[in-house]
Amino acid sequence: MPFDLHDLLSADDPPNSGGYAQDTPRFGFFTDTSVCIGCKACEVACKEWNHVPEDGLDFTGMSYDNTGGLSANTWRHVAFIEQRRPAADPDAGSNVDAVDLGMPAFTKPGESGDGERSEFRWLMASDVCKHCTHSACLDVCPTGALFRTEFGTVVVQEDICNGCGYCIPACPYGVIDQREGDGRAWKCTMCYDRIGSGMEPACAQACPTDSIQFGELDELRRRADDRLATLHERGVAEAQLYGREEDDGVGGTGAFFLLLDEPEVYGLPPDPEVTTKDLPVMWKHAGAAALTMLAGLAVTFLGKRG
Amino acid sequence: MVPDAEFRSYYGRPVLREPTWAALDIAGYLFLGGVAGASSVLAAGAELTNRPALAMTGKIGALVAISGSTVALVHDLGRPSRFVNMLRVFKPSSPMSVGSWILATYGPLAGLAAGTAVTSRIDRLGTLATLSGGVGKLATIGAGVLGPAVAAYTGVLIADTAVPTWHAGFRELPFVFVGSAAAAGGGLGLIGTPVAQAAPARRAVLLGAALDVVASKRMERGMGLAAEPLHTGRAGKLLRAAEILTVGGALVGGLLGRRSRAAAVLGGAATLAGSACTRFGIFHAGVESARDPKYTVVPQRERLREKQQRESPAE
Repeated sequence: MPFDLHDLLSADDPPNSGGYAQDTPRFGFFTDTSVCIGCKACEVACKEWNHVPEDGLDFTGMSYDNTGGLSANTWRHVAFIEQRRPAADPDAGSNVDAVDLGMPAFTKPGESGDGERSEFRWLMASDVCKHCTHSACLDVCPTGALFRTEFGTVVVQEDICNGCGYCIPACPYGVIDQREGDGRAWKCTMCYDRIGSGMEPACAQACPTDSIQFGELDELRRRADDRLATLHERGVAEAQLYGREEDDGVGGTGAFFLLLDEPEVYGLPPDPEVTTKDLPVMWKHAGAAALTMLAGLAVTFLGKRG
Repeated sequence: MVPDAEFRSYYGRPVLREPTWAALDIAGYLFLGGVAGASSVLAAGAELTNRPALAMTGKIGALVAISGSTVALVHDLGRPSRFVNMLRVFKPSSPMSVGSWILATYGPLAGLAAGTAVTSRIDRLGTLATLSGGVGKLATIGAGVLGPAVAAYTGVLIADTAVPTWHAGFRELPFVFVGSAAAAGGGLGLIGTPVAQAAPARRAVLLGAALDVVASKRMERGMGLAAEPLHTGRAGKLLRAAEILTVGGALVGGLLGRRSRAAAVLGGAATLAGSACTRFGIFHAGVESARDPKYTVVPQRERLREKQQRESPAE
């Protein structure tokens, strides 16, 4: 072969990032879900800035979640998970004094229940496109509509996309989707237009608790490591970083998270892999299959006539 | 069957986005592409061994099938008017890009092969008919060489996704697909060709059906939990039907078709239908596996557990 497919597959991936002349740092999101308050300001800010159309505010019965998940028209999605287990209070130093968040009631939190801790915690997490290091949507896009920006993010060019839909089943996180009535694929751009002008993405700007932090990925990773260490010190043993490690199945993500439960509880895959990791083997097998077919059918012309 | 596994999820919602491809368009394309590819190989063989009826069936069949494929592919686009963007770049990392270039090369060859097969028969055209015969021969051989690529790459097309049931079979899927294609192309040959010229088609349905069945079984064994959707629901029904139609059709058409034209036509129709069922079955199984978070979460948890065990075997 005149080229190595493995090299080709990672040619556009950070840190090399597709031959940009200038060396721009890779930008990312660190979403610290331990301080998310579920206000959905990120969802709204994203919609406003990016002109993302309304996608039906349905009653889902899934706690305070009315959008369900990321889609062509939801680029930030806040997940709400109510659990029958004590909340770990990251700032109190221990679980002992955690108060009952409870469901809305006429009494003030902690007023009733004889001061006993409730067995309830409420997880909230703002999900977003992961802007993978090894990005399957970008790899499989046949038109080149999806591309790697100079910031190491992954963006769809809406004037190129022909709506083939290949990126949709390729994404291991179920992020990118086809917009109904439009036909093209849409997802988070990490506000390419804003960060190009030195601003931060709309969601990060709107987040009132700094649960969503935007910045240079190296710096965010340092911050996340510190935060994780702090939480572990304070006894929040279940805190874990997701997408932080560069040796995972997608080479680490540009948007990574601090979670307080297993990833699948938030609707995230526990061990995602970029499908194109296996593509060189797939092509080899397809080549072998094609030759098998050619040889097999050639053989049918040998032997007795008739 | 794999026992039901315990797993956690976000309100039972899928982790993946379900493919937005329409079954009729894309599974239909997988089927028609296979028919076209195999028909072109048979047509080339028939051309070289002087079996004009088998060659004609293959050429016309290939052109009709690949035209139908192309229409289905364009129809499935969210922006059909931008179909030409498929040829904007060449990306080996995208099976759809590679496939577009294969189709862009193969399609015209198949068209030329079929077109010249007709024009070379019109005596009134004189030297033009002779000329088109020569061009036709080259086009027929070209389409015959590219045909297997058309049939095989579609296995990579659907395997190169995060869809559990499609991805888990990535090694065997191209073999299942070329087997299914050979059975279908042979079946078409049986329908359109008199018994005296149809020996290669009879062997093709037998060989194709055998490869289809063996590769499918092998694939299922290696897939773990992701094999489950192949046996349940609509996909399960389609794939059971596929096996009966493919094997039955191959036996009837491939063996009895030697003496009886009726058996040849019946067997050929059955292998064609079997191949269609195979493609629609695998398509629906994949969609089902994307819809249920179990098929995403459980194997990934298992993989993580194995990784951890490798790293710290003491625990």
